[in-house]
Amino acid sequence: MSACSPIAGGSGASRAPVDSGGSPLRWVRAHMQWTLTPLLPLVMLAAWSLACHQFGAPAYILPSPEAVLDALRDGLARAPMDQGGLWFHAGITIYESLCGLVLGAVVGTLLGFALASFPALDRVAYPVLVAFQALPKVALAPLLIIWFGLGYNGKIYITAIITFFPLLVSAMAGTHSVESDRIDLARSCNARPMQILRKIIIPSAMPYLFAGLNVASSLAVLGAIVGEFVGARAGLGMLLIQYNQAMQTAPVFAVLIVLGLIGFLFNYAVKVAEQHYCFWAQRRRHTLRAGS
Amino acid sequence: MLSLSTQAIQAEAVSPVVLAACGLGMTYRTGKFGDVVALTGVNFDIRHGELVSLVGPSGCGKSTLLRLMSGLITSSEGSLLLGGEQVRGPGPKVAVVFQAPILLPWRTILQNVLLPVEFREWPLQDYRERAFELLDTVGLADFANSYPHELSGGMQQRAGIVRALIQDPQILLMDEPFGALDAMTRERMNLDVLRIWEKSRKTIVFVTHSITESIFLSNRVFVMTSRPGKIADIIDVDLPFPRSLDLINTPVFGDYVGRVRACLQVSGDLS
Ligand SMILES: Nc1ncnc2c1ncn2[C@@H]1O[C@H](COP(=O)(O)OP(=O)(O)O)[C@@H](O)[C@H]1O
Ligand SMILES: [Mg+2]
Repeated sequence: MSACSPIAGGSGASRAPVDSGGSPLRWVRAHMQWTLTPLLPLVMLAAWSLACHQFGAPAYILPSPEAVLDALRDGLARAPMDQGGLWFHAGITIYESLCGLVLGAVVGTLLGFALASFPALDRVAYPVLVAFQALPKVALAPLLIIWFGLGYNGKIYITAIITFFPLLVSAMAGTHSVESDRIDLARSCNARPMQILRKIIIPSAMPYLFAGLNVASSLAVLGAIVGEFVGARAGLGMLLIQYNQAMQTAPVFAVLIVLGLIGFLFNYAVKVAEQHYCFWAQRRRHTLRAGS
Repeated sequence: MLSLSTQAIQAEAVSPVVLAACGLGMTYRTGKFGDVVALTGVNFDIRHGELVSLVGPSGCGKSTLLRLMSGLITSSEGSLLLGGEQVRGPGPKVAVVFQAPILLPWRTILQNVLLPVEFREWPLQDYRERAFELLDTVGLADFANSYPHELSGGMQQRAGIVRALIQDPQILLMDEPFGALDAMTRERMNLDVLRIWEKSRKTIVFVTHSITESIFLSNRVFVMTSRPGKIADIIDVDLPFPRSLDLINTPVFGDYVGRVRACLQVSGDLS
């Protein structure tokens, strides 16, 4: 990307110009995301602290912020391969989520493009897939643990099954949304079906795929955690269950914070990739509004 | 002194026929909604280097005829010969400029223009220079690396024309390419089309629903009427080239406008 990358200009241009010369209050309102947004967690933290120290909530129900911070610091201070630390288990959960996400996303996308490209296949397979879609897929977790044991594989497959559908649906919707003009243009240049898929359909469907991937990336961590709940030797989900059974609530909170960070990281990665691969989609919305 | 137009006509008379229709018809089979007769009994010969326009009210089958010529659809009756051979599908001899520019937003203008070259798997290196040349002739040289949204509607359509020309087709088909543009841009684009035609002497079939445009941009006007779509009349336009916009205000141009309009009115399409 060059310095005059359209991404850099995209979001900035859309923001309304603000008058920063006014009263401090107006300044606060104009920069809401830098002033009020950080205030919100601080208020919540204060309320939490108050609940523990002033109203004496028992530690096994609501540990104090300091206790949670201690648990977090203790967990993160351990070596990466130390099974008593957070790094080790976080690594395993991330590994399972990522493998499952990649597997589910790739299979879902490919099948989505296939179904959308061959109407006959669509008519045969889609009803079956819809029926399967209606099933709450986490309910399959116990079965998969029986089939694949306590190792990683069962979790990877659960995650794959859960993340498969968002991509399947978005690949199909993306393909159906391609303007017929674009296909005509390609056909008038004697494009072969695979060329049309590669140069027209897949790029056109990209915004849909990223919408699906965004949903799937959140579901991926969920899949791995549920798998670990059912039965595992390692992973943050297993850690949660262990701490929970021991009524060690402070470390439970620490694990939840790590899980939140992982989810945030996944979402952020998808957003960055989207800005890179779909830079044109955001801008097209602007031009459409300006043009018509 | 021999006028330019007579020269043109003489050249035409000896030019070979590139596109010939005989009893050409198109019926869309829409299943449960019944059949739609879009075009019937169409006969014409278009000679090499001719500038033909199709004019008629909306729904009279102009796009259908153009799509038949491009090979995007196949006729349900009659024959359509391209260089003596039945049209069976799209081919490199014909390029289309569509109503919308249809530029791919993730590609730069240069990449968009080179898209047909990629599809046809011609050597890209050989065509890059040609693409720059063509972009230069339509004033888009500075925009080769811009993205489509950065261009105005007129500039986008020019890029669409360059994308068709890069294939160096024998026949250029244009389906209401300037319908979405404002009047002033449209006039400038009309002059561009004439310039391109005079320079390249390609056969151009230009679809429009503007009577003025149809006369200004042709040496023959095919007047089409609807229900069912057919060619009602073919009018020779004997106006000299090069043409300028002043031509539109001359009495002789007005006569042609009257003739085309009369032809449309007789068929009850412009009442
Ligand atoms: N794919 C299609 N299926 C069914 N009917 C069509 C199709 N395309 C065009 N038609 C019908 O054919 C007639 C001619 O359409 P068209 O060639 O687009 O006209 P024009 O370009 O002159 O406006 C119209 O009545 C239109 O509804
Ligand atoms: Mg049309």
